[in-house]
Amino acid sequence: MARPTEVEPGEQKAPVIQPGHTLATITDKIVSIVLRRPVTHGWVLGLAICFIILQWFLFAVCWLFYKGVGVWGVAIPAGWGFAIVNFVWWIGIGHAGTLISAILLLLRQSWRNSINRFAEAMTLFAVACAGMFPVLHLGRPWLPYWLFPYPNTMSYWPNFRSPLVWDVFAVSTYGTISLVFWFVGLVPDLASMRDATPNPVLKFIYGSLAMGWRNSVKHWNRYETAYLLLAGLATPLVLSVHTVVSFDFAIGIVPGWHTTIFPPYFVAGAIYSGFAMVLVLAIPIRKFYNIEDLITDRHIENSAMVMLATGWIVAYGYAIEAFVNWYGGDQYETFLRWNRLHGPYAYTYYALLFTNIVVPQILWFRKYRNNNLLLFLVSLDVLVGMWLERFVIVVVSLTRDFMPSAFGQYYPTRYDWAIFCGTLGFFTACIFLFLRVLPAVSIAELKMLLPEAEVKVEPEAEVHHR
Amino acid sequence: MSEPRTYGLMAEFETVNDAIIAARKVYGAGYRKIDAYSPFPVEELSEAIGFHSNGVALVCLIGGLLGGTAAYVLQWWINTVGYPINIGGRPLHSWPAFIIVTFEMTILFSGLSAVFGMFALNGLPHPYHPVFNVPQFEAASKDKFFIVIFATDKNYDPQATRHFLESLRPTSIAEVPS
Repeated sequence: MARPTEVEPGEQKAPVIQPGHTLATITDKIVSIVLRRPVTHGWVLGLAICFIILQWFLFAVCWLFYKGVGVWGVAIPAGWGFAIVNFVWWIGIGHAGTLISAILLLLRQSWRNSINRFAEAMTLFAVACAGMFPVLHLGRPWLPYWLFPYPNTMSYWPNFRSPLVWDVFAVSTYGTISLVFWFVGLVPDLASMRDATPNPVLKFIYGSLAMGWRNSVKHWNRYETAYLLLAGLATPLVLSVHTVVSFDFAIGIVPGWHTTIFPPYFVAGAIYSGFAMVLVLAIPIRKFYNIEDLITDRHIENSAMVMLATGWIVAYGYAIEAFVNWYGGDQYETFLRWNRLHGPYAYTYYALLFTNIVVPQILWFRKYRNNNLLLFLVSLDVLVGMWLERFVIVVVSLTRDFMPSAFGQYYPTRYDWAIFCGTLGFFTACIFLFLRVLPAVSIAELKMLLPEAEVKVEPEAEVHHR
Repeated sequence: MSEPRTYGLMAEFETVNDAIIAARKVYGAGYRKIDAYSPFPVEELSEAIGFHSNGVALVCLIGGLLGGTAAYVLQWWINTVGYPINIGGRPLHSWPAFIIVTFEMTILFSGLSAVFGMFALNGLPHPYHPVFNVPQFEAASKDKFFIVIFATDKNYDPQATRHFLESLRPTSIAEVPS
């Protein structure tokens, strides 16, 4: 296998790290983005826009808390509107970060080392956005702790047979493990920041966060074990999270929800949208921060290929759904198929097929995969498509379930849109701040890919085991 | 004693391979209270100073078993003793429904045990350490490799140990003040 800084002869791919980097230049380059790069107008403007959207979000949430969920468009039969659509969408986006940091680590895909840090940050912020929606949807948002089992004066306990309770455990475990995974990865880099900054205040802050990490090889040894264990644990966890999210639907009997294809199809869709978000973030970040030598065309192309592959799994999911609707012969499922294709929301289903299946097919061609602007637009298109998918699942099924007398329509209000857009502002603002205060690329893990880090000493014969 | 108390002697190396060769010689010379520092994980270097295994995996296993057991027992107790309700005629102890929460709690507790176990075994947080007093040690997080022989080692002798370290051809040798 070629070294990360090299490509095999005849290979048309970019290397994982551009040649010429040394241990020192890696540290200098990544650390200087935070410590030495001046604050640019573009960054201030971007953060300001996000901040304004965040204020819009704050206003909408305050109004929601004051008036209640009636300010949203949710009304029976569509009791789950944007809140659940957005929840599933955001959780799904988070999944790519864990896939990159955990699954690709176990598969020894060394290219992950340049993008795992910001992808994990993306996961964390996406889970934070997702986690807001169930709480906002509670009606009594001051009582979310009722979801957890704790001894209380009402002698009441949660119903552990309910997928909604499973969801609480899956999502809170996912958020916690993502946070510690990210933090563990950051500790040695925070020590690098501490050692690189001359500013005593920053030295104190980064030093405190690094907890006195001193790069001892004994520490590194335990650290590597813990990191590998976390990766091994996060791998089944990430697959379980969207599985459990899909159980919210699949355990119910609503037409279009009660299917066994949901868990794998949800997980593939999650990774699909997550890689789209990774590309939406990576393409501008590497350009504006001049780190195209660390996040190279290889990363962009590989992410595009993961997107193409998971997109096909999603397409397979759509096909099986349609096949089972027909082959199952259930009259409600048959009607659901007709309703998706010809009902009042048919345009969302066609838009979904177009954005999720038709458009991404241009990624078959290397020429288009390597066109950053085009890839950025395709990724945005996939994000829209995956949002539409959840809209189709939630709203189309709920508004046309069993009895025509119970049919209805769902009309999102301006507060639905404000809160959805508000979380986009929250997410982007967090990304802006993250880029300025923490190393956006993993320093220690990139160093492991350099030729300098290659151990050329022969392994020692059993000297130490005397 | 006229000499200032020292914590140990620190030798600096330019490359990872030099550091591994030197670390093997240090260990081979009988020094045991030693440590090595590297800007990225190097398994060979921790092997070279005689550090072969760690307890993180065991802590993780114990945490996971405890978390999973606790979650299952809690669900069993709630559904059969604490708050038994008949939902659609299902058995009170409907174990398939309890698997998911048991699984998630196993992951949560084993993950947190691995992380907190790793930090605890490493003795972190540990904001002050004498090695930070050596000015060139800042490069340990950047591009240099260090080996320290602690003064508490039974073979430690200020003169002889320094001569020994010089024979390993380090870039620099520094005394770590206590």
